Amino acid sequence: MGQITLQGVQKSFGPVHIIKGADLEIADGSFVVFVGPSGCGKTTLLRLIAGLEDVSGGKIVIDGKNVVDTPPAKRGLSMVFQSYALYPHMSVRGNIGFGLKMAGLARDEINRKVEAAAATLNLTPYLDRKPRELSGGQRQRVAIGRAIVREPKAFLFDEPLSNLDAALRVQMRIEVTRLQKQLGTTAIYVTHDQVEAMTMADKIVVLNGGKIEQYGSPLELYERPANLFVAGFIGSPKMNFVTGELALQRGAATIGVRPEHLKIDRDGTGGWQGTIAVAEHLGSDTFLYVDAGPLGMLTARYIGELSLHAGDHVSLVPDPARIHRFDASGNALRN
Amino acid sequence: MATRQTQTLARSLLTPAVGLLFIWMIVPLALTIYFSTLHYSLLDPGSESFIGLENFRYFLTDPAFLASLQNTLVLVGSVLALTILLGIPLALLMDQPVIGRNFVRLMVIAPFFVMPTVSALVWKNLLMHPVSGLFAWLASLFHLTPIDWFNDLPLFAVILIVTWQWLPFATLILLTALQSLDEEQKEAAEMDGASAVSTFIYITLPHLARPITVVILIETIFLLTVFAEIYVTTGGGPGLSTTNIAFLIYSQALIQFDVGSASAGGLVAVVIANVVAFFLVRIVGRNLEA
Repeated sequence: MGQITLQGVQKSFGPVHIIKGADLEIADGSFVVFVGPSGCGKTTLLRLIAGLEDVSGGKIVIDGKNVVDTPPAKRGLSMVFQSYALYPHMSVRGNIGFGLKMAGLARDEINRKVEAAAATLNLTPYLDRKPRELSGGQRQRVAIGRAIVREPKAFLFDEPLSNLDAALRVQMRIEVTRLQKQLGTTAIYVTHDQVEAMTMADKIVVLNGGKIEQYGSPLELYERPANLFVAGFIGSPKMNFVTGELALQRGAATIGVRPEHLKIDRDGTGGWQGTIAVAEHLGSDTFLYVDAGPLGMLTARYIGELSLHAGDHVSLVPDPARIHRFDASGNALRN
Repeated sequence: MATRQTQTLARSLLTPAVGLLFIWMIVPLALTIYFSTLHYSLLDPGSESFIGLENFRYFLTDPAFLASLQNTLVLVGSVLALTILLGIPLALLMDQPVIGRNFVRLMVIAPFFVMPTVSALVWKNLLMHPVSGLFAWLASLFHLTPIDWFNDLPLFAVILIVTWQWLPFATLILLTALQSLDEEQKEAAEMDGASAVSTFIYITLPHLARPITVVILIETIFLLTVFAEIYVTTGGGPGLSTTNIAFLIYSQALIQFDVGSASAGGLVAVVIANVVAFFLVRIVGRNLEA
């Protein structure tokens, strides 16, 4: 079991409010990602759940029990740190088994559990090595092994993949997701990378300035962003925002269209006219950065190759069903 | 520095410095070896004559030699043990956020900057004096008999003074090591359910293994040659109870005016220092390997 509920959780360091009241329901077994720009409070929120920081107000309920006064080890959670925080003088076996040793388990039981965890993570050949003799990806797996061996109610991941190179990150992303599904343990994962968030999460929490902006499944966030911030943060390349006359015509202060929902018309006269400033040809996609005069810079995405180049004139036609409308305070307007 | 040309250039530029250092070391060493083979007494100038290894036989069979060797080892061992055993808790305390931390650190470091002669005088006359010392006054407050430190516990008194001087060094090295301990490691241990004591034993102490080694090696070099504290306080006595090798060599040369025997003693001290260093590196040196 690992159902976690936050009720009005607040955190301030002196006069600075980092978390301004967070309410959240995390279902047992789900993979929840906290995503947001740096300084948004996502790591602080994770540390509050872990118990490494004390809350300034509100409740953290794990399986029906308020744990705000429970020390970290007693909350039944385990954490994977950004720097891995492996114990450098202990072997892989010692690192993975340390929590069990502290819990006072018998030596042969520790060995059995450590070996089972190592087998799950393909670490068996490295059990007697020191962390400094391992590669980045292996260290990462040791850190994960240390987390799973204690059979916690939930895993907490604090940007665990940010120290890996791009190829390894994609691979570990898949491994972590698969492992979590296989174990069925609740996971909370902090990242600033919205691609990681979109690919790994069952549900995403978008944080900004210490507030939860939106909580929902990845596609919900993509298709129905609650406000300008979420609309801009989720999706790559970023959503185009247009203000002024065009927005007012549709009864909104701002309208947003994702680059993939702009139809590119070479010599059309309808839609939004502009000149290509930069064209990026990736083979699978073509990204056009279009200078649309009074509308500003617009980004358009075409699936496949499109032989257009800088300086060419194009017309961009937004898909009317896929236009997002926002009021003056940035909240989404629904039809 | 890869080509043959730059290597030649580097060597020729380094030669004067290396040569000077070499002469600086080799001349005193050669002279000491030379003197150690002479009958050379300052009381009887002009009578120098070659006597082979007689000075070594004399120095090594002198009962004072074994006594002073033992004193040297007791002094070095005790000061090492005390500075590390007291230095670790002090460093742990100073690592905590307290008001006026910088001032506290400055105060703790201060003894290291006091000259050995000065600190020995302060301890002798202001603290440990059996009549007018602070300790005597404290004892009298509790109606106890003041301890006559330099007569009753002479070696222990010297150990205390030297420990006071070297404690800041140990504390400082250990403190900087503590500050480099990754905060996330401590948090990981906390998540793993380690108590403060377990965290100290399993995380902090292993992290301190290397700085402790550094403290042991550096302090040993200096503690083998403690002199000023003994000279100022006890003068090696009563009897031989505070005479270490360094002081014994001094007394051979400048109390008994026997330069030959003192030179032999100096060479014996070099050998002893090397033996100690050899065993130390064997015992603790592997902590230094990355």
